[in-house]
Order: sequence, then structure tokens, then C-alpha cells
Amino acid sequence: MTRETAIRWVAKPIVFTSALLPLVWLAWVVATSDLGPKGPLGANPIEYVNRHLGDWAIRFLLMALAVTPLRGITGWAQLTRFRRMLGLFAFFYVCLHMSSYIGLDQFFDWRAIWKDIVKRNYITVGMLTFVMLLPLAITSTKGMVKRLGGQRWTKLHRLVYPAGIAACFHFYMMRKGVQLEPIVYALICAALLGYRIAAHLKKKAARTAKGAATRVAADASRDRGKAGAPAS
Amino acid sequence: MLIKIAKPSDVKPSEITPKSLYLDRRRFLKTAAVAGAGVVLGTIAAPAPAHAARGPKLEGVVKSKWNLETLGEKLTDYDAITKYNNFYEFGTDKDDPSRNSGAFKTRPWSIAVEGAVEKPGTYDLEDFIKPHALEERVYRLRCVEAWSMVVPWVGISLANVIKHFGPTGNAKYVAFETLLDPKQMPGQNRRVLKWPYKEGLRIDEAMNPLAILAVGLYGEAMPNQNGAPIRLVTPWKYGFKSIKSIVKMRFQADEPPTSWNEAAAREYGFYSNVNPTVDHPRWSQAKERRIGEFLKRPTLMFHGYAEEVAHLYAGMDLRKQY
Repeated sequence: MTRETAIRWVAKPIVFTSALLPLVWLAWVVATSDLGPKGPLGANPIEYVNRHLGDWAIRFLLMALAVTPLRGITGWAQLTRFRRMLGLFAFFYVCLHMSSYIGLDQFFDWRAIWKDIVKRNYITVGMLTFVMLLPLAITSTKGMVKRLGGQRWTKLHRLVYPAGIAACFHFYMMRKGVQLEPIVYALICAALLGYRIAAHLKKKAARTAKGAATRVAADASRDRGKAGAPAS
Repeated sequence: MLIKIAKPSDVKPSEITPKSLYLDRRRFLKTAAVAGAGVVLGTIAAPAPAHAARGPKLEGVVKSKWNLETLGEKLTDYDAITKYNNFYEFGTDKDDPSRNSGAFKTRPWSIAVEGAVEKPGTYDLEDFIKPHALEERVYRLRCVEAWSMVVPWVGISLANVIKHFGPTGNAKYVAFETLLDPKQMPGQNRRVLKWPYKEGLRIDEAMNPLAILAVGLYGEAMPNQNGAPIRLVTPWKYGFKSIKSIVKMRFQADEPPTSWNEAAAREYGFYSNVNPTVDHPRWSQAKERRIGEFLKRPTLMFHGYAEEVAHLYAGMDLRKQY
């Protein structure tokens, strides 16, 4: 089996199926168990469903953001092959999370939903996250990459950084008081973005150093040329 | 006019034991006996289950005018009331309190009564409760997170407790404090809030007949996760005002600081009355989800207790004094 078939027909299906498990588990529990206070979803099953989907949305978003740093650290270039799938799963769970808020929590009370979006900061920030992720999901196909051109596509997809930050804010603001869990997510996000900043600065420093080195070399040869030139 | 000449064999009025006291004595003995049996059984039936067994039945509980018939609503399931809790001293997830409070020791327990009061002192829980009748009060409970329940509390009238200790003219407010014990309350090891938890009421709010200090629910001693052994219940206010596991009651002239107000003043005011028209930055308060129901229902002013409490806030701008 070549590496290509291994990725395409083994690794990718495994990742894909695993990424569906949180949803499959939830659907199975909702369909088969007692939704009362004794059941696995507790006394407020709607809240449970909404939080479960939100948890997985932010987890997949952080996993997608972890691909590039992991590739940098391990040197395993094939990791990039999974980035799009993880990002799309993040968007998938974001959509489910939003649907459960609209359909289960608010039961399609559009007026209340609009008021929530305008008035409640954590919901505003949550919606903003969705709005930032939407164009990324739309332009995730190979065709779109070609149509946009690599550079523009890359530029657009940098939106995932503010989206990650916004998602962490959304989670932190939603919880009352100073709670540990959203802080842990925010720290992971900070580390993943911090890696990129560090890598970028290092590259820039290397470029200027290299640039300076070539300049020095050029100057030296020019001087040498001058020195070597016959006096006129 | 009837003139009654006392015979020497007659029982003098001063010798009659008040009904509440003898009921209380019987209640106490039975409760102690049941609790004792529980301890014995508990030691045999080790290891303890993840969820603590139900508390001993409280004896001598009298029905109040706030009962299931007058309220006309369905009681929330016992499991929902005892497994879906906000009690951050035991963790911030809803099921943390029921999982982490099993070993919480609520006996011996004493309550310090301090400040502008005639009978200050530290009272043993039994002595604190004993002078007062145990009543069942079926109340709605509204959390600021926009969910609600109907809980059959058992408790004593806070007004009676206050009268018993005799507040002086300077007692304009009552401040309450929860136990501070990070060893027993693991949530206190993290600074989610400034521990110990603090709450307070204006004295006229505290004297309102609706306010109680609850020592049980569903006719049984208070489960640890619901604020054992004694907690405040003020059904017209958001749930976080109803401070749990109380160890201190202080009468004072100034408005006391309260925990959630300290944490986020814009979100949680001193009064925190249930008010569907005053928006909270985090949750719309116009509706609530009754635990066990799918569709949200509209929230009532003062959570349906306007008749009893609205006069307390006459002339106040409840948008500013939320």
C-alpha cells in the first residue's frame, strides 16, 4: 500500500468516522434513553445538547488550528491533508450548535433570537464566529482555491485566527464567574496562535539576516571591484 | 360576665408547653432516631453510593398557605432538584454539587448571629431552629440563567427568626455568609468567586412572610447539594440570592456586599428581583424554561409573588436598582 492509498483509504476515513462520533453518540442517547433528570443528559437535556455541540465545535476548531504547528514540530507534512476535514467538522458542529440554539433553546422565536444577538455579548460574539467561518467553509473546495488563487485564498483563510479567538471569548463570556474550562481552551488557542507568530518572526528575522548578509557580500564585492579597477 | 375561679389543680397558663415546642421535641427525637439509624445502616452498607441517600424524614412539618393547591403548579422531580444545582462551592457544573458534596459534614453546625441585635451569639443549629415551626412552603424557584423549578421546601419563617433575636434600630440590613472550608468544599480552591459566598437582604425584605430559612425539601432533611443544613429561600428573587449552608447572620446599618455583585456589578444587582422587563446582559429574563418542560414560559413579575412583595419596592426605579 502506498502512502497515498493509506491516507486516502485508511487514515482519512478513520478521522472522518471518529469526528462523527460525538454526534452519533448524542443522537443515540437522545433516541434511546430517558430524557428525564435520571437520564444521561440530566434535568435540562436541551442545555446539555446545546453545550455538547458547542464543546465539539470549539474542539474541532482548535484541532484544525493545531495542524500547522504540529506539522512544524513533527516535520510530518502529510498532516496538512487533514486540515480541511477538521476545519469543516468544526463548521459542521458550529452549525449544529447554532441550530440547537435556534430550534431547541429558542424554539424559532426569531424576535427573541434577534434581541439575543444584538444585546447579549456572548451571543453576538458567537454569531460573529459563525460569520467568519462561513466564507472559509464555502471556499474550502479545490475549485474555489483555484478560482481565488493561492495567495488570496491563504489571505482569506487567515480569518480562522480571529474566529478561534472569538470562539474562546464566546465560551469564556458564557460561563459565570472565573471558570477553569474556558480558560484552558483560551490558553490552547493562544499557544497555537503564538506558535504562528513566533514562526513568522523567526522567518522574518532569518530573511533580514539573509538580506543583510547578501547586502554585505554585494557591498564587499563592489568595493573589491572598485579597488581592483584601474585608476582613471 | 363569666368569672372563672381557679382551682389549685388547674394547670397554670405558664405551665402549658407551647404546641410548637412539644411538636418540635417530638420532631427532634424522631429525626435524631432516624438519623441515628441512618448512621448505623450507613456504616454497614459501605462503600457509600456516588449519590448520597435521601435525607431523614422531617417530623412535625406543618402545611402552610403556600402549598401545592394554592400554587396550582406541578412539583419538579426530586432528582432534578437534587442533581441540577448551582452551588459553586462544590464545582461549577450542574451535577458537580451532587457528586462532590456526599461527604460534606453538616453536624455539628453553628450559626453566628452578630451586629445590631439584642441576642447576639453563636447558636447550635438545633437551638437556632427549635423555637420556630417547621412549615412546608411550595415555591417557584427562578434561576438568573432563565430556568425554573417548583420546590417543596421545609423551613422556618425568617421573620420569626429575626424577631427572636431582636434586631435593634440600626438593623437596616441582614447579611448572610456561607461556610468557608476549602477542604470540604473543593470549589473554594479556585477563585471562581471571592469566598466565602455572601448575600444580604434589606430588613423589610427579610421580614416578608415569604422569606424562609429552609432546612429540607420533599419533607426530608436538606440534601447537601441544595445547601444543607440551612439555607435562605426568597422566591421572588433570582436563585443566587438564596444563600446556602449559612454560618453567619449579621444585622447592620449599611447595605452588605454580595458575592455576585462583587464579581460583576453590571449583571447582578443587590436586589436581583425576578423581573421580566429588566434585561440581563447575559440572558433574556422575559421567559424561562421550567425544568421538565420543552417550551419556555413567560416569566412573571417577582416570579408571581408581586402581591406579597411589590409594596417593598414602591417608588424605586427597578431598572436602576436591579
